[in-house]
Formats: sequence, C-alpha cells, structure tokens
Amino acid sequence: MSLNRFTLFGTLLGAAIGLGSVTPVLAAEVELPHQNWSFEGPFGTYDKASAQRGFLVYQQVCSNCHSMKQAYYRNLAGIGLSDEQIKAIAAQVDVPTIGDDGQPTTRKGLPSDHFKAPYPNEKAARAAQGGALPPDQSVLIKAREGGPDYIYALLTGYSEPPAGVKMGEGMNYNKVMAGNQIAMAAPLSDGRVEYTDGTKPTLEQEARDVTTFLAYIANPEMEQRKRLGVRVMLFLAALTCVTYAVKRQIWSDVHH
Amino acid sequence: MVGLHKSEFKNPVINWVDTRLPLFTMMTKEYGVFPTPKNFNYFWNFGALAMINLMIMIVTGIFLAMNYNASTAGAFDSVERIVRDVNYGWLLRYVHANGASMFFIVVYIHMFRGLYYGSYKKPRELLWMIGVVILLLMMATAFMGYVLPWGQMSYWGATVITNLFSAIPVVGDYIVTLLWGGFSVDNPTLNRFFSLHYLMPFVITGVVFLHVVALHITGSNNPLGIEPKSSQDTLPFHPYYTIKDSVGMCVYLMVFAALVFFAPDYLGHADNYTPANPLVTPAHIVPEWYFLPFYAILRSVPSKLGGVIMMFGSIAILFVLPWLDTSPVRSAKFRPIYRQLLYVFVVVCITLGVAGGKPPEGIWVVIGRVCTAYYFLHFLVILPLLGKLEKPLPLPESIANPVLTPIGGGPLPGGAMAKPMEKM
Amino acid sequence: MSATAHVQGDGHAPDHSKRDFLKLVAASGAAIGVGSLAWPLIDSMNPSGDVLALSSVEFDLAPVPLGQAVTVVWRGKPVFVRHRTPDEIKTAEAVKLSELGDPQLDSDRVKAGHEQWLVVVGICTHLGCVPLGNKSTDPRGDFGGWFCPCHGSQYDVSGRMRHGPAPANLAVPPYAFMSDTRIKIG
Repeated sequence: MSLNRFTLFGTLLGAAIGLGSVTPVLAAEVELPHQNWSFEGPFGTYDKASAQRGFLVYQQVCSNCHSMKQAYYRNLAGIGLSDEQIKAIAAQVDVPTIGDDGQPTTRKGLPSDHFKAPYPNEKAARAAQGGALPPDQSVLIKAREGGPDYIYALLTGYSEPPAGVKMGEGMNYNKVMAGNQIAMAAPLSDGRVEYTDGTKPTLEQEARDVTTFLAYIANPEMEQRKRLGVRVMLFLAALTCVTYAVKRQIWSDVHH
Repeated sequence: MVGLHKSEFKNPVINWVDTRLPLFTMMTKEYGVFPTPKNFNYFWNFGALAMINLMIMIVTGIFLAMNYNASTAGAFDSVERIVRDVNYGWLLRYVHANGASMFFIVVYIHMFRGLYYGSYKKPRELLWMIGVVILLLMMATAFMGYVLPWGQMSYWGATVITNLFSAIPVVGDYIVTLLWGGFSVDNPTLNRFFSLHYLMPFVITGVVFLHVVALHITGSNNPLGIEPKSSQDTLPFHPYYTIKDSVGMCVYLMVFAALVFFAPDYLGHADNYTPANPLVTPAHIVPEWYFLPFYAILRSVPSKLGGVIMMFGSIAILFVLPWLDTSPVRSAKFRPIYRQLLYVFVVVCITLGVAGGKPPEGIWVVIGRVCTAYYFLHFLVILPLLGKLEKPLPLPESIANPVLTPIGGGPLPGGAMAKPMEKM
Repeated sequence: MSATAHVQGDGHAPDHSKRDFLKLVAASGAAIGVGSLAWPLIDSMNPSGDVLALSSVEFDLAPVPLGQAVTVVWRGKPVFVRHRTPDEIKTAEAVKLSELGDPQLDSDRVKAGHEQWLVVVGICTHLGCVPLGNKSTDPRGDFGGWFCPCHGSQYDVSGRMRHGPAPANLAVPPYAFMSDTRIKIG
C-alpha cells in the first residue's frame, strides 16, 4: 500500500513543482535588451564621464519638461563636477524667495538648492503638456520595472507607428511604452546635444549617458553602499568560518 | 512567596542584585544550563534568528523614526531624504525594508520546522498558538509599515487591505471609515498607521516573551519528536546552542547583507518609488511577496465576503492545527506519507504565492482556486484522516539511544539498556 | 523540566589552548561587528547632508541703522549683527584685558577696517537664552551691550562677558566680508 502511495505523492509533488515553475506569458511584454552598465554588480561604479555627458542631456533636453525635485545641485559632486562648476550651474537658475521688503523676489540658485522644476506645480505642467504629466526624474530609474534597461529602451524605442495602428492625438509610437503610445515626443536624436569631450552624440550614446546620470541621481549612495557591502561580506565570511570552527571544537566532545 | 533569593553567585555585586532580583539566576537557568535536546539540526536556529531580526527591526525603526515625517505631504520626501542625506540613512532604510522580508523568510522556515517535526502537538499546542498570534501581529505591522513610504503601492495596498473590512455585513463600511479617519486613505490614516507601526513591535516583543516562557515550560521539541528521557539526551543550552545559533546567525547575516548592500530594491516593487496618487491605480497592484499566498486565496473566491473569510480562515485554521492533526507521532521522519504530503503542501503554498503575483486572469485563476482548495483540504481532511490511516515507522527508544522500537512494541531487552554510554 | 543539565567537564580537552584562542577570535570578531553596527546608528543622528549644505548665509548690512543690531538666522541660531557708533567702538577698545573674565581684545572680535560691524552668535554662553539689547529700547545692561533676561548676564558692546553667571564671551561665528555692505556667515 505504501509503495503505491509513494508513487502517487511523488507524482503529485512533481506536478505541483512543475506548475510552480511554469510562467506563461500573458501580456505581450516587450523584452528589454540588457545593456552593460558600469554601475552593475557588487563592484560597480558610475562612469563619471558618461554621467557628466548625461547631465548635459538632462540640462538641455529633459529639464525643459521634467522635474528632479529630490536632487540638489550639490549632488553633482558625485559625478565629478568641482565646487566652482556646481556653483556656476546652480547660479544659472533663479529661485523664488522673499525679499527684505517682504515682497516675493528671486535670488540666484545655490548648490544647496533642489534642482529647479520647469513648472511650479502639477496643474501647470499638465496645462503646458497637453494634459500629460512628465514624471519626476529623481527616482525614475527605481520607479520603472527594468530600471536603466527600461529607460534606455524607451529613449531608443521610438519609431513610426506600424501600419494599421491608430494613434491617439498628440501621441507617439514607442515599442517599449505600455500600450505603445506615449505623450512625450522622441526627446533624443543624433546630434541633439553637443558634447564637449569629443564623444559623438548619437541617439544611443545620449540615451546611455542620460540613463547613467539618472541612475546616479536615483541612487547617489550606491558607490558607498557597495564599497561598504564588500567589506561587510568579507568580514562576515571570516566570522562565519571562525564561528563554525569554534562550534566544531565545542561540539567535538558530544557523542552523537 | 516573599523572601530574598539565595544566590549562588560569587561576585559580590552580582550576588547583591541577584539576591534581590534573581535575574542572573534566571538567565543561567533558562539560557545557561537549560537542558536542551542534543539532536537539534540547523532548523532549530530559526527561533533565535527571528528574535535577532525583531531586535534589528526595532533598533533601525527607532532611528528611522527620528527622520521620518508622517504626513501625506512629507512622507515620500522624508524617506528619500533619509536615503540621500541622513548619514547612513540608506543603510537604516534598506536594513529595515529588507529586514521585513528576512523576518518573514525566517518565520516561515521556523513554521515549516514546526510542521515537519510536529512541534505543535501536545503539550506544545499553546506554544504554537502564541506563535500564530505573533505571525498575525507581524503581518499587521508589516502591512502598516509598508504604507509609511507613501508610494503608489503603499497607498493602494492600504486602500485594498482596509477595504477588506467593508466585506463585514452591516457595520463594514463604518469600520472602514473608522480605520481611515475619513472617507479615503489619507493623512489621518497615515498618522495612525505610523503610531501603530511604532507600537506593535513592542506588543510583538511581549508576545515573543510569552512564546519563550511557554517554550521553557514544555522544553523544545527535536528532530525525533520524542521527549528527552534522561540527561544523556540533553545538553546545556550554553555553550552548545549559543554557538550553534551563532553559526546560523552569521550565515543569515550574510544573506541579509547581500540583499541590503547589493540588491536593496530586489524584493520591493518599482511602483512604490512613485509618490502616492489617490486618482490613479497602478496597472498591477500586488502586496509584498510574503502576503502573496494569502492574496491568492483572497482572489480565488468570487465573492467579496467569501474571499475575506477564506483569507483570514487560512491563518485562523493554524490555531486549531494541534487538534486537526490526529497522529500521535510528531516527527515527519517517522510519518512517510505525511512527509510527502507536507512537501505537496509547501509546493501548493509556493504556487499560491506565484499565483498571487500574477494578474488574476486565465490559467492563474484556476491554479489559484485549485491550490486554495488544497490548502484547506490539507488541514481539514488530510491531516485528520492521515493520523488514523497512516502507519508510522518505529520510534527510537531515546534521543541518545537510536534503537528503534515499533509503536506498541515492548521495551528493549535489558542488556541494551544497561550498556554504558561511551564518554558521556 | 525534570531532565537535569549535563554539564561537560572542561578539563580533559587536549587542545584547550587552541580552543581558547579560537573562542577569543570569534568573540572579538563579534564584538567588532556589534561595535561597527553602532556607528551608523549614532552617525545618523549627526547633521545630515542637507543640513550641512545650508551652513552658510549671506546678509546685506546696508539697512542696519547706526547704534542698533539685527538678528540673522544661521544654522537655526540667532546671529546679532550690530552697527556700532564711533563712541561704542572707542569704549570697547579702551577696556583693559585685566577687567575681563574672558580676556579678548575688541580688535580680535571684529574684522580690521570694518570695526563698526560686530557679528556674534546671539546665544548667552550660560545656558543658551537669547540676550536682549538689539533695539535701543531694550535693556542693555551696565556695559551698553546685551543683557540676558534669564540669569542676568551682561555683555559689552564687543559682546564680551562683563557680569553674571555666563562663563565666556558671545561667540564670533566664522564670517567674511564679500563687499563693504555684504557679509557671508559660515
């Protein structure tokens, strides 16, 4: 009797495991081609040159519509800009303040200021963008499934709509966007920005650079985190070995 | 009983304290010389790990609360500020966020240990039931904690879970309004969730204390599921199990650290990095992974009240498990059929978890329903019947003496008993 | 709990010293681990990045009337900026060091060439109250500077402690003149 049951339960178990591992593709999800990013893996760091070019892309293109309100100008130190450069960049914007006479006025931006948003509030943004809200870019990399690969694929995923696809008004075809329709017109193209370091500003290069920059802005702590993490792992590995050796010693006189 | 304690400690300061408040005697008795079965395997680490995890959560939580702002306008930004600007704030936050996941991993394994080795059986029924209370409190705490960053998943998770109570006939809607402190999840909700999220871990600590007290009354179960008979079956807790728990803790900390330092968002959901928006529900809303099996059960029933009852029932049923399992044998080691069925049950739970994470369409609805049915079948039908039908393997005479005795068989020949143990 | 503990005899272990050494290594490893866990917790209570970034403030001196002082907020603390009259400067400079509880020359407390401007942190060095004396109608004590209403400490026109329980002069924050009428504190 028990042998039969064993076989039955074995089969059941196998079937259940099989079920658990089956993952049928229900929604037609676009595969995001994996890019090699400098900040991947336990030893990854940001490619500072790329992030600096990415900042140019952000400054000249993205920041016209997207806010990045969690980030400060001083955060640019993390991509290798000097204090003077950061001061100069911050000074390019006017920050609303209250003057000594009590009236609203503006002052020059400081490194301690948040990145200035292009619109004062959500309604203003929607009004200017035909009803669509450009999402805040502070943690955009973390807020999208697929992270940097998604952002890169989206920026390079524009094309003419295939025949038969009816586009909504003011919408653009993008193979990565859910529903394939996106309100943002293709923001990047070959030569869209001018790089100062001689890198050729192709669409792919711009997308890669701005993604690196946004990855830094979303995870400014990453390099410190991974550096500390490597040390902690080494320490714990050593401690595990020693503790296990002590355990063996202590248990050596226990008769099993 | 009034009177000073007769302390045996030599150190005059310790002796002075111990005479008046015998803490040191108690610690020595409960954690020093406490007789513990000598045959624990590493599954017995997980109780201690859960305790450590609770402490980690409380400590990091206290420091996070120093910088957190419980308001709908400031919560999301304050969490970002913690990660970006507070010294080591990212470490505190990622330890706390991943600590919740680690806590459930540890506790689920701890529970599996209990199921496999029959740790819920007489006389440990109450110990098990207190454990289920801890699980429920943990779930409530985790749920409210997940609301605090005030991202999209926080908001919609809070909305969906609080709406469960609206399934209660007649008073449901009033209860939900009461929970919210308004007519939707909003600032008052966030504030009270923060208050309760801060309170609950201390309640959990209290119940954990009861759990440990109950454990020290009955003593621990062990992989053989038979009670220790003599001092040859046990070891003093210290140093044998303090060091064995330390080994487990080091490994556990490595897994924990790998998550925190190298993949802090791996177990989280991307949508929670979008600030809460009461007007837009994200396309796929799913709870944190540790709730997915229960979420699948909820969705498997095409009736609001029915789903809620089944979901709560799936945990409530654990309270009566000690009486549903009718087998006199504890350890699955000696219950071959139960062992197989327990594996099936685990696979079913995992499958429920997978189903809970998928959109509720197509084959996943069917799979979810089948698994939900099996979940209850396991407890309500299989366990009661199996205890009566299954023929357990022979049990060993004692922990130290692994000679098998068939159930109902006579005692071993005197010679075997009289054989002196080597060394010990 | 009828079972009694079976305590191991320790003496017969042949590799006693090796075991002790290993234990020592493990225990110190654990101690180092717990110790280093404490630091992030403690450090998280130190001023955070956004607080440190706000540690300087610029201030326009032109509107401050002669003989009066205004309060500027720097790092959440009041900073007094006092426009001193020539008489007050003369009085402050004439004070002998021997008369002072916390001896310091007036010239060490102002910037050369800008003696009419005194910049001090407006917090009594006794127990942290904000002294009175910015407005000409405020009580300024016997030395024409500031008077602390909490415990009666008195400061002169150089912000030096002259009387009362305060142990030290009002602190001079780090500051610099950007131009004749503009300073940057911090």
